[in-house]
Amino acid sequence: MIGDALQRVGRVALFLGRILAQCPAAIARPRAIVHQIHNAGARSLIIIMLSGLFVGMVLGLQGYDLLRRFGSESALGVAAALGLLRELGPVVTALLFAGRAGTALASEIGLMRATDQLTAMEMMAVDPVRRVVVPRFLGGVIALPLLVAIFDVVGLFGAQLIGVGVMGVDRGAFWSQTQAAVELRDVAEGLMKSFCFGIACSLVAVYEGFHAEPTAEGVGLATTRTVVVSSVLTLLIDYLLTAAFLGR
Amino acid sequence: MALTQDEDDANGATVVVVRDVDYAVRGRPIFRGLSLAAARGAITAIMGPSGTGKTTLLRLITGQLDPDRGDVEVFGEQLATQDRAARYAMRRRMGMLFQNGALLTDLSVFENVAFPVREHARLPERVLRQLVLTKLQAVGLRGAADLMPAQLSGGMARRVALARAIVMDPELLIYDEPFVGLDPISMGVIVRLIQRINRALGITTIVVSHDVGELATIADHSYLLAEGRIVAEGSPRELAAASAPEVRQFMAGEADGPVPFHYPADDYHKELIGGGSLGGES
Repeated sequence: MIGDALQRVGRVALFLGRILAQCPAAIARPRAIVHQIHNAGARSLIIIMLSGLFVGMVLGLQGYDLLRRFGSESALGVAAALGLLRELGPVVTALLFAGRAGTALASEIGLMRATDQLTAMEMMAVDPVRRVVVPRFLGGVIALPLLVAIFDVVGLFGAQLIGVGVMGVDRGAFWSQTQAAVELRDVAEGLMKSFCFGIACSLVAVYEGFHAEPTAEGVGLATTRTVVVSSVLTLLIDYLLTAAFLGR
Repeated sequence: MALTQDEDDANGATVVVVRDVDYAVRGRPIFRGLSLAAARGAITAIMGPSGTGKTTLLRLITGQLDPDRGDVEVFGEQLATQDRAARYAMRRRMGMLFQNGALLTDLSVFENVAFPVREHARLPERVLRQLVLTKLQAVGLRGAADLMPAQLSGGMARRVALARAIVMDPELLIYDEPFVGLDPISMGVIVRLIQRINRALGITTIVVSHDVGELATIADHSYLLAEGRIVAEGSPRELAAASAPEVRQFMAGEADGPVPFHYPADDYHKELIGGGSLGGES
């Protein structure tokens, strides 16, 4: 069992090595990467913005209720901004990304495998890793931090909507305290996390798709595994990075 | 042919040589001592019942798989000694037609045919266009250049794939079950195309199929594959006249013979009356 898991980690690492080796060649053709950023990023926009809005609104409600007990409702902006930037933004976006873009990637590549398209490329002396996998991987790695940024902004708007609009927190205090308390460090933490999640989620998706059994069942299994593995990996990496940033 | 094979190699008269190859999948032997050769410029047919490893044989020839024993030689080079780059270089000299066409579903017909050229050569767009349209014209689908693969019928998809396979002017063209699932008209079209491309361009051709009738009309030399080895070879006419039971069964399409109709099972009567291994509750 542990041996299997280790072998699997090794295979994924080797695959990552193959991807990285092909990155320069793929970057020379940026159109394919831009296309994949559109696929993974722009097509996930609606779900990301909607989720960001609702998460922000919930933060507004919960944060207000909690802070009111200590008489510091005006710190609602700070609480929401830090919560979103450092934790909720990257994590929730990565989980949604795994469900929306990761599954699409895995099933697309898996179907290409099942319909011999990858083999056909091999036969045309075209490395499918360079042509198919790398643009999708890079597209995901670039798209996720952008989605996180959008999630954060929309989320903060949602928190303000409830906190200021419904609960009556002072608008000036909400924004000025937020501006004063949020540091570049917090933004960097969120950015770092989203970058790592982007690598993890995209790598899992392309690996599972590329190595799917070439059957309907195999593609389905690869898609499911993509969600499960990406989600667990995201939360694990989140803990490790949080511990590292807090210096514990 | 086997007797003169080494002489032929020396003259470059054989493009593909498979010599005494063993290959097993998860311990189950697929080939045992398999040998065959494809002569330059000829159409070589590899026939055999389903599940005899015809597609596996093609994967060995194209270097997608490595044999457990024996060697495979293409264009006079041993595949076993080649690294990835050398194999890719070799594949640029060959074209392959897959069973279902294997067109890239996110590209149009035109872009599918243009794909290998775009990947391997830097041609001005005007020249590329002419090249692609010429190849599409050759398979009769110039008018379908703007369609997407999902809009094509099975036969059309295969013809597009054929245009793609010949766009780089290969020296060797390999067809994997080109007739499967086609209506008689499409089948006739493909048969004619295989023959025409072979004769007009002088491309060495290997066709793997179980359609005896179609192959008989075009093949210069045929191999019959069964139980992991070549059981017969010769011109289609010679195979049709062969007396060996496994050849007769295949050529005449008899349901029972050396390849049994029944999958191995317990005794029928015993199993129906009871005591067999199937059927669960008793």
